[in-house]
Amino acid sequence: MIVESNIVRFDCIALDSGATLAPVEVAYESYGELNARKTNAILVLHAFSGDAHAAGISHETGKPGWWDNMIGPGKAFDTNKYFVLCSNVLGGCRGTTGPSSINPVTGCPYAMSFPVITISDMVRLQKMLIDALGIRKLLTVTGGSMGGMQALEWAVAYPDRVVSAIPIATTTRHSAQQIAFNEVGRQAVMADPDWNEGNYYSKKPPARGLAVARMVGHITYMSDDSMREKFGRRLRGKENFGFDFDVDFEVESYLRYRGSEFVHRFDANSYLYITKAMDYFDLVNGQGTLAAAFEAAQARFLVISFSSDWLYPSYQSQEIVRALRARNRDVAYVELQSNYGHDAFLVDVAEQTDLIRGFLASTYEKVQ
Amino acid sequence: MTAPAPKPQPFVRELLGRSDYRIIGEIVEPNTKVLDLGCGDGELLAWLAANKRVDARGVEISGVKVQRAIARGVSVYQGDIDEGLADYPDRAFDYVILSQTLQETFHPRKVLREMLRVGQRVIVAFPNYGHWRMRLSMLLSGRAPRTKLFPYAWHESPNIHFLTLHDFEDLAALEGLKVERRYFLSGAHKVTVLPNLLAEVAVYLVSASA
Repeated sequence: MIVESNIVRFDCIALDSGATLAPVEVAYESYGELNARKTNAILVLHAFSGDAHAAGISHETGKPGWWDNMIGPGKAFDTNKYFVLCSNVLGGCRGTTGPSSINPVTGCPYAMSFPVITISDMVRLQKMLIDALGIRKLLTVTGGSMGGMQALEWAVAYPDRVVSAIPIATTTRHSAQQIAFNEVGRQAVMADPDWNEGNYYSKKPPARGLAVARMVGHITYMSDDSMREKFGRRLRGKENFGFDFDVDFEVESYLRYRGSEFVHRFDANSYLYITKAMDYFDLVNGQGTLAAAFEAAQARFLVISFSSDWLYPSYQSQEIVRALRARNRDVAYVELQSNYGHDAFLVDVAEQTDLIRGFLASTYEKVQ
Repeated sequence: MTAPAPKPQPFVRELLGRSDYRIIGEIVEPNTKVLDLGCGDGELLAWLAANKRVDARGVEISGVKVQRAIARGVSVYQGDIDEGLADYPDRAFDYVILSQTLQETFHPRKVLREMLRVGQRVIVAFPNYGHWRMRLSMLLSGRAPRTKLFPYAWHESPNIHFLTLHDFEDLAALEGLKVERRYFLSGAHKVTVLPNLLAEVAVYLVSASA
């Protein structure tokens, strides 16, 4: 399945900060066919560093999508049956307007003059896209991690537009620990002299700072078990320690590779803006309790967490489930056993597939 | 939106192979809201959803069973019955079902009260510890009874509270509950005489007295 990204342009979008962004573009991909009654549309929401290329082989890069093992003919999100959409988030750097986009007023990249954005801004732009595509109601909104935050925001902000939601390995608000890791990442970027207050687009990007930020990120996505299994204390291409500060251990090599690879596909300023949006996200949003926040939600929910995920621990998913129960909403929940830590939502395909396939089929039956 | 064609009504027992399920299938009115505690892999709920069009929800402690239940389209969440009902608002369901699990809960009386808080009516099915085979097994062996109904060695049994029909009736009286219906079963048959001796399983439909 060879796929291409599309771009839709809107005149402007009003943001939570009070600022307005004009114009704004959103990149998206789609897989499968929208049925005549437009009841089979699924919106997949990507995590922090993802993009619109969720499935299939990219015409441009030749690479598979980030959730290609879950989306496609016969897969969990079966494109023989459903029409699946995924768009790059607002503030991103993969086709949707973000800090690296050209500000039409100045003719230069926005850089740090880009307005601060929120998860609900991202969702507002997605809703504009869904409106533009003429889709009245989404069969489901789903995603892991930051994608799960957007799924929750959809269910609360546009309750009459979603039939169901599948938030995976996510939270209704970041804990101090989650904010702390994001802040370490931001500080690593900003401490790199090449960052230059965000003005690096015509110069050398802050590659070292961004790579360090990504290395920290990757540690939080794995678990003690998965790192032991994957690397242990194995040395990289040598029998003995080098007694220097080159790579000795496999794990060092892996993190350096991940860090340097990330720099080629991600914008450092987008890193700052998107992590900030995650930290600001709070579904309670002054409504007293989480249960009160879910008052508006009408969707059917499937909440999934993973036993070894210490970045988005199961208790955060259970808070979602308890609040939904307090409003007697239709919610299914399971903690899947996994050794892969937070990465499990991308890796542990088989178990998620059975759950999601069954949940979607029974939900789809209800809207027929 | 067209309603799906009504599915044929196979006799519940043929489908599920458990006599208490058959009775529960008889009791539950169509188009109601049902919560099944300790719902296993959701077979009863799936049947009630398909055949009685109930809004079916379940609680189950085993993650593997929860996975199977969700995969068959039933909204089940992984949790503990002893503490899992506290979040629900009062009168959230028409029926709360506890099928063959009461004897496994740590605080059966508290669980019963919570069920009656969140449900209009409660359906409780449990194995009868007063059945003659139990009595005979204990009398003859001098050991904790082991029968078809209670097959476990004492140290492996999930059953931590043993009760007979009389015990349940006593508790219902103590709690001031109204027993709306009672069914006594031996295999697939209803028991009409000497139920506390002859019934293997009892199914009660109770509500809080007015």
